[in-house]
Amino acid sequence: MAGDEGEATGSLRECATRTPAVTGPDRDPRPDLVRHRNPVTEPIVLRVDGLTKIFGRHASEAAARLRRGSPTSELPAGATAAVIDASFEVRAGEIFVVMGLSGSGKSTLIRMLNGLLEPTAGTVTVGGETITGIAPKRLREIRRSRISMVFQHFALLPHWTVLQNVAYGLELQGVPKAERLARAAEVVELVGLAGWGEKLPAELSGGMRQRVGLARALAADTDVLLMDEAFSALDPLIRREMQEQLVELQATLGKTIIFITHDLNEAMFLGDRIAVMRNGRIVQIGTPEDILTDPANDYVAQFVQDVDRARVLTAGGVMEPARAAVADSAGPRAALRVMRDLQTSAVFVTGRDRVLKGVVRDRDAMRLVRAGTGSLGDITSDDYSAVAADTPLAELFVPAVESPLPLAVTDERGRLLGVVPRVTLLAALGNLTQTGELPAVEPPPTVPLAIISEVLESSADATEPQGGRA
Amino acid sequence: MIDFRIPLGDWVETIVDFVTTYLGGFFAVVRTIFGGMYTGVDWVLATPPFWIIALLVTALAIWARGWRFGIGTVIGLLVIVGVRQWDNAMDTLALTLVAAFIAVVISIPLGIWAAKSPVVSAILRPILDFLQTMPAFVYLIPAVILFRVGVVPGIVATIAFAMAPGVRLTELGIRGVDAEVVEAGHAFGAAPRRILRQIQLPLALPTIMAGVNQVIMLSLSMVVIASMVGAPGLGKDIIQSIQRIDVGLGFEAGLAVVILAILLDRLTATLGSGRRGAFARRRPAAAAGTNPTDPADLASADRASSTPSA
Repeated sequence: MAGDEGEATGSLRECATRTPAVTGPDRDPRPDLVRHRNPVTEPIVLRVDGLTKIFGRHASEAAARLRRGSPTSELPAGATAAVIDASFEVRAGEIFVVMGLSGSGKSTLIRMLNGLLEPTAGTVTVGGETITGIAPKRLREIRRSRISMVFQHFALLPHWTVLQNVAYGLELQGVPKAERLARAAEVVELVGLAGWGEKLPAELSGGMRQRVGLARALAADTDVLLMDEAFSALDPLIRREMQEQLVELQATLGKTIIFITHDLNEAMFLGDRIAVMRNGRIVQIGTPEDILTDPANDYVAQFVQDVDRARVLTAGGVMEPARAAVADSAGPRAALRVMRDLQTSAVFVTGRDRVLKGVVRDRDAMRLVRAGTGSLGDITSDDYSAVAADTPLAELFVPAVESPLPLAVTDERGRLLGVVPRVTLLAALGNLTQTGELPAVEPPPTVPLAIISEVLESSADATEPQGGRA
Repeated sequence: MIDFRIPLGDWVETIVDFVTTYLGGFFAVVRTIFGGMYTGVDWVLATPPFWIIALLVTALAIWARGWRFGIGTVIGLLVIVGVRQWDNAMDTLALTLVAAFIAVVISIPLGIWAAKSPVVSAILRPILDFLQTMPAFVYLIPAVILFRVGVVPGIVATIAFAMAPGVRLTELGIRGVDAEVVEAGHAFGAAPRRILRQIQLPLALPTIMAGVNQVIMLSLSMVVIASMVGAPGLGKDIIQSIQRIDVGLGFEAGLAVVILAILLDRLTATLGSGRRGAFARRRPAAAAGTNPTDPADLASADRASSTPSA
């Protein structure tokens, strides 16, 4: 995949425009700094509770034994546990990725979400309605109206045209022919297949066929989209293209997507949250960064070791609290004192609501303090780099090299969320989670400490405005 | 030494006696229906002058496979006329079409049922084996008892003998439909009947048509045997030639059977594959090459077994 690096970077930037929904179990040491990404406010669209599927004979007995804690190796002969006690919730607008190697049970899991397979134990709730054990007729109604699916090998009807295929879900919903073909044509255009509507699937390339598969699912206009290894049969370049298109479509249409894959990079790229499966069990659920920085066990750790951390980790995920920052109302003395205490030569200046105004240097602050007049506004410069919280680390290297200051991390309203010093950047790439011991404050002072102290002392007569530290 | 004997034959006789006594009315109805169908089809084929039928068949041949096959058809039909077997050939054709039609009507639903239910499939399999391998003459005995001498016992025996491939290939075809496509139907909320109609049957059609082709060929191979119980047609002349040791007549009638067989085989194989003129031009060659159960190939592979044994 070396060939499409440039494009991948571009797409990651695009991916910054969507709104990731939810965090996993909150293990982050700085919740107040990370929470901004993930307001847990969206309604739960799909809930899975204790879902278990055992194939073969003695299934219910085997399920009972598993509940009592027997290992899978002690199940009765002929019973195979495909999914064991899976529980999770997916919120509206989320891309929830289920990742696992072949045989981990992920395909079985997804087929229970729309009732293609009946669970041995546990329940699935879609849009508030439990679909486990309901009448087949009602189940079909739910499939028509709430959940659609995209298949690994496209599963198009080979004797129907692209347009007819895309309209299939609408046809089953009972939409009149003219209307459903018109809506299908819109969706076909949406996925970039305008002009191909009258072709048969056999006349299309693999990537185009999967676009038809995606269009068919989108046309059905259901809230939930199940995607079963949807891009695994495509070659890498097409796959990357489809992933980007899916993220784009998701951002505009706001669908809730449950995506199955065995490809960790795909999971990391697409997922707001990822569930890692192994031998039928979900071993960890979390954001891509959670999985990467805090793997639940050795298996997950081993799995993620080859991931390109620079593309998965984001500025928001690795940033440090911005200690070297003062409010613009604080005055030059406070700024200088902060610089002295932190042994640095620059501080960020923030205005109302912590909106980042700029940066102040120690020499300028000292001049002002000596003169005894002027406010921070006079000496604040914009000689710094600010990045968005969901910028991947890969895009931080250039600004980090160009600026002597730590990179400021801001939200969409320009508020200072934290900083990424170069040391932190390196530590994150090297998977050092504890950076507290490292001298993370940059840049080093340009004026000897003694001189700063002297300046502060000599002007100490004036009463200090309120505390400088933000 | 050999006192042990299973009185199987006695049992079968008892059953047939029982059936004749108590279900005679039912068989009379069947006799009327089958006989009526045969008479109707035979009337359509045998009433017009030969050249009208020949012209229609040739037109069909050209539409289905093109000019070369059309020319072959004309020659074949003229040979039949030339050896004075035209009327017999039409009788045989009528018998074959009626028997094959009924066999297909019975066997396709059975095949669908077998594809849906492993139990039905397991029960049907030995029955089909039995029907297909039991020497065909054996069917004639109960058939004659139940339906009396004439064309109907011939049709019934033909149906029993020819049905098996129709059931088998229908089941095979439906089971062979890409499971993911069927799953897609379920995932979008289609009812099973609709999936059968919109997905399974259309996708299994080439295989099912290969089964229909086989049913027709096996039906044709029964004509001689059917004539032993009084069915009219080419078989009658063949039996006559055996009795008189008339090599010439036997060869002429036999050749007519062969010509009919080749015609029917090529026509049904082509119609089944959907590769005829109009379609072939609309769809690119790529689509045609990818079908593993191409009925034309299947048909030619099986031809050795299905060519009339007369």
